[in-house]
Amino acid sequence: MLLGLLGAAQTGTNPIREFLEGVKPEAVPGWAVALTAIGIGVGITVAVISVIAMFGTWLERKVSGHIQCRYGPMRAGWHGWLQPIADGVKLLLKEDLVPKGADRVLYVIAPALVLASVLAAMAVYPLAPGFFFADIDLGIFFILAMTSTTTIGVVMAGWSSNSKWSLYGSMREAAQVVAYEIPLGLSLLVPILVAGTFNLLEVSQAQAGFFGLNWYVWPWVNPFMLPAFVLFFIAILAETKRAPFDLPEAESELVAGFMTEYSGIRWSFFFMEEYAAMYLYSVVGAFFFFGGFESPLTWAAIEAFGDGSVMHQVAAGTTLVVKGFAGVFLMMWLRWTLPRVRIDQVMTLGYKYLTPLALVCVLGAGLWELFLAPVLPWRQG
Amino acid sequence: MVEAKTVETQTLPQSAPGEREFMLDVRTQDMEVNMGPQHPATHGVMRILVRADGEVCTGAQPHLGYLHRCAEKIGENVEWLQYLPYTDRYDYLAAMNNNLGYSMAVEKLMGIEIPRRALMIRTICAELNRIGSHLIAFGTYGLDIGAFTPFLYMFREREWMMALFEKICGARLTYSYIRIGGVFNDAPPGWLSEVERFCDTFEQKWQEYVDLLMVNHIFVQRTANIGVISRAMALDFGLTGPMLRGSGVDWDLRRDMPYELYAEIWKDGVFSIPLGRGEHGTLGDCWDRSYVRVMEMIESIKIVRWCLGAITPGPVIADIPKTLRVPAGEAYVGIENPRGELGHYVVSDGGKVAVRCRVRGPSFTNLAVLEELMPGALLADAVAIIGSTDIVVGETDR
Repeated sequence: MLLGLLGAAQTGTNPIREFLEGVKPEAVPGWAVALTAIGIGVGITVAVISVIAMFGTWLERKVSGHIQCRYGPMRAGWHGWLQPIADGVKLLLKEDLVPKGADRVLYVIAPALVLASVLAAMAVYPLAPGFFFADIDLGIFFILAMTSTTTIGVVMAGWSSNSKWSLYGSMREAAQVVAYEIPLGLSLLVPILVAGTFNLLEVSQAQAGFFGLNWYVWPWVNPFMLPAFVLFFIAILAETKRAPFDLPEAESELVAGFMTEYSGIRWSFFFMEEYAAMYLYSVVGAFFFFGGFESPLTWAAIEAFGDGSVMHQVAAGTTLVVKGFAGVFLMMWLRWTLPRVRIDQVMTLGYKYLTPLALVCVLGAGLWELFLAPVLPWRQG
Repeated sequence: MVEAKTVETQTLPQSAPGEREFMLDVRTQDMEVNMGPQHPATHGVMRILVRADGEVCTGAQPHLGYLHRCAEKIGENVEWLQYLPYTDRYDYLAAMNNNLGYSMAVEKLMGIEIPRRALMIRTICAELNRIGSHLIAFGTYGLDIGAFTPFLYMFREREWMMALFEKICGARLTYSYIRIGGVFNDAPPGWLSEVERFCDTFEQKWQEYVDLLMVNHIFVQRTANIGVISRAMALDFGLTGPMLRGSGVDWDLRRDMPYELYAEIWKDGVFSIPLGRGEHGTLGDCWDRSYVRVMEMIESIKIVRWCLGAITPGPVIADIPKTLRVPAGEAYVGIENPRGELGHYVVSDGGKVAVRCRVRGPSFTNLAVLEELMPGALLADAVAIIGSTDIVVGETDR
């Protein structure tokens, strides 16, 4: 995982490295600069993930609270904004428990592996148009590959816990993720077909202009895009183990699923992964369907301060965070509204409906791109 | 703890002769999973030993007794009136109904005439408590299916119901309000009009629950055709209450063995008895049982409204001595609890203490059908089935 992160950080251009190259004294060797750049990149990624996950847990509690006619956390700070920090400290101080009969090595590695997968995926996440760690051409491919390795960690956790509930949870996770990787990848192929690139930054640029009318989600760009987005959204719900597909941790059936035996900071790793993955997938959705960095705020910043200015970067970064959390909010809203589906229904939905529909979308979008896109006036230029 | 009786194992599928050796190599073993005593889906401290082949249950055996508090034996050692608070504690979600059942059994032995206002208040309280109990039943059922929010919405209305009871008797869960001979005290001023307001609000909120959960597509998919109890099976197992009516058997003690004011209320055509109709699947599935509970809530509101319209001032308790001496004899009174027929069988030898105090708890009898329903269900369905039996462990164990 770390190797993947390192690899991603070394390929392509990297503004941190470029900056360091510019200011380094003659005596410092080139590899030291590369290593420092990687270190800074990893540090920032971890920090960003932690903040996002913490905000995610707070948001979840507030959203669920307000949906359920209550307030959620209110005591720690203004409207409980310090609650995640208090929780984090509590979890850090908890006893480090490994259940009797557990496979100790796997049990300890599993949460780290789960978190590392989403950290690695974060390497290609551009914070702003001019601020990223790895601008690789296979950006979305890398994200999908890295996040799908979460399953290995979850299965490890379930198997090593020496608990039947954990085993059930991890088996469900494996079945579910395998079933939903396919529609997820296929539904993302539709915008990739239109954009002609796997690179997140280039996809965002391709949707620029015309005040958001070029966003890929609009039917005039490609009518198969909206169904593809719906499929994508359902698939990411299943991928991130969110309701109504939260079977791996179904609390009324499997106690806490694969997390049953975990406690303290290890347990919180699973949680951080969940919220970070939710955010990451939402951002992917924003990039491929909702214009990425494009928003009125970004246009205003470009107008006032110029393209590529610091304010433009800040505005674009903020836009992305807002879009990402809008997706996260939608996922939370669904979670606190819908009942859970059953495992056979999950499988039926994934294999019998979503996968064929995604294939139809890809075929339709491909035909549209091949025959109609070259003649439609608004698709030129 | 007694060792579990082995559940009959599923026989291995017959294989073709050529596959025989291969099949022996990959023979699987059923997994025994302990659901409970601490498990979110058992609604209390009950243990269900589930034998599962992967996600499919091949057998299940409920183990009771974790909440046994010798209620019946206590009833044979304390005075008649002193036993009343213990009745609160078997079905703690419907304490008013438990009080009512026990009081009626003793009153039947003593032959007391209950004042009409007391009967009215008793009926209001019992029906409000039925609403509260069904709210919990339906809410926790949603929770079992995975919908968290409707549960808390239902708690909001139940909270009001409990506040009403707090105003009338000071307690929120274990009321001991319905006494032998009537009720403990008269309703405080303004209480009856607040009940009226509760009814108005509840009718609106009830529609919300139906829209949010009852007809929710995922909820229907999860509960329709699951845990089907046929008419014959329901009768064979002696099921009562919504479990029985969910299977389409038209039997409600409030109409068929009327007690207190129910004969009068039924004659006035105030309420009807909702029955499972197999609307979304087979008759007698989990959805039908939930449907019966949800519809009963609104029927209870109608009964409460009738009582509010007919109530007149007067005494609320018959003139009974502080220390009861119940004439020798025996009496059985069955009432329609939210979960089914709650029977009290009391025997007196004319003294201050009962000779026998037997309780027939509906949860206990309804639980028996679980073993029959579980084989073949998925693990998630098992939770749905347990939830649909709507047991209160305090009552199964007593």
